[in-house]
Amino acid sequence: MSDPRPDLWGRRDLVTATGWAAVSLTALGSVGAFFRLLFRRAPVRPPSVFQAGAPGDFRPGTVSDRFLEEWRVYIVRQQDTVFAVYAKCSHLGCTPKWKRQADKFKCPCHGSGFTAEGINFEGPAPRPLDRAKVWLDRNGELVVDVGRRFPHTEWHHGDASVTVPGTVG
Amino acid sequence: MGDPRPGFWRQLHQSIFRHSWLDTPRNRMLAVTSNVLLHLHPVNVRRHGLRMRFTWGMGGLSALAFTVTIVTGVVLMFYYRPTAAHAYLDMQNLEHEIPFGMFQRNMHRWSAHAMVIMVWLHMLRVFLSGSYKKPREFNWSVGVVLLTLTMLLSFTGYLLPWDQLAMWAVTVGTNMAAATPLIGHQGPGASLTGVTESTDLRALLLGGPDVGDPAILRFYVLHCVFLPLILSVGLVVHFWRIRKDGGISGPDS
Repeated sequence: MSDPRPDLWGRRDLVTATGWAAVSLTALGSVGAFFRLLFRRAPVRPPSVFQAGAPGDFRPGTVSDRFLEEWRVYIVRQQDTVFAVYAKCSHLGCTPKWKRQADKFKCPCHGSGFTAEGINFEGPAPRPLDRAKVWLDRNGELVVDVGRRFPHTEWHHGDASVTVPGTVG
Repeated sequence: MGDPRPGFWRQLHQSIFRHSWLDTPRNRMLAVTSNVLLHLHPVNVRRHGLRMRFTWGMGGLSALAFTVTIVTGVVLMFYYRPTAAHAYLDMQNLEHEIPFGMFQRNMHRWSAHAMVIMVWLHMLRVFLSGSYKKPREFNWSVGVVLLTLTMLLSFTGYLLPWDQLAMWAVTVGTNMAAATPLIGHQGPGASLTGVTESTDLRALLLGGPDVGDPAILRFYVLHCVFLPLILSVGLVVHFWRIRKDGGISGPDS
């Protein structure tokens, strides 16, 4: 007995295909749901703003590691400006250490070196260190927000550094 | 069948083993084939299978190292808490306060190193002896997955001591994951898929912006449950395929 419609799907084929489609969709959906589950709805954002004291506390030409442990920034005072270098190596994210004798930041992981400005000059680091947002509050105190960071392409931004009061007319 | 033991012991034996205890060729064969642990091994071994210098036993030694890490790993879990506040101190306690703790930890550590080395040598041997060729192509692929899982187990275990080395090694490793094509925010094609710093592979591994509490928990779960489970399933397939593909490979096959 020959099938009169050999190329068409029979009822059983349709039911089978529907069943497998349902199983596959459920499996795919479960995998998707699992990966979605691994990204939380409300990411934890730790406090990022702190008072760093009067800009005059930092002597010209020095790099302060006073806030390194807690906030992961160096406060760098140049002649008339202060900025906050975020201590995360632009290579693979270790913490460069300020070496006062050598006058440079040195990353312990792969040896990248940065000037006090955060400019990379040796090792594998592909770009300068980021700077954290800084501003002066109404009492003239330096405030730093490590949650907002400026890559070197944005260093000209007004909040990437502050002018120390009384240094420039 | 001439079993001289009293009824109870005979019944006990036969409730566990489906063959009688008499030392006959048939019972010897049944002892292997009717046992879930032993049946992975063939009843008859070909002559070349006994020669150490074709395979160097690297696959078996890898499996042995894996078994040792499983046993010692479970022991370590009795004292280890995967949180930033506890992990390092728990590790130190295991080293210095828990009887045999240092021994267990070092067994775990060294057999993990041995497993990585032997899995690589196993792959090298299979490659050099051409044992990946027909009909073993699929088992080679399974082996590549097992190799990857071995490396991932090593990487996830790296973080758990929570010392400086662990911290920065995983910082570096996960930042490298951020450069993965398409699913890393610093990798090629990131603009194509639109992944950002908080939705890429690095964020998936760490569960946060940096290596911290969520990361240690994730690495712990991956290391102790997720990856060993997948690797065990893969091992079963790998061993089973050896038998199905004609037994252990040798010079004449």
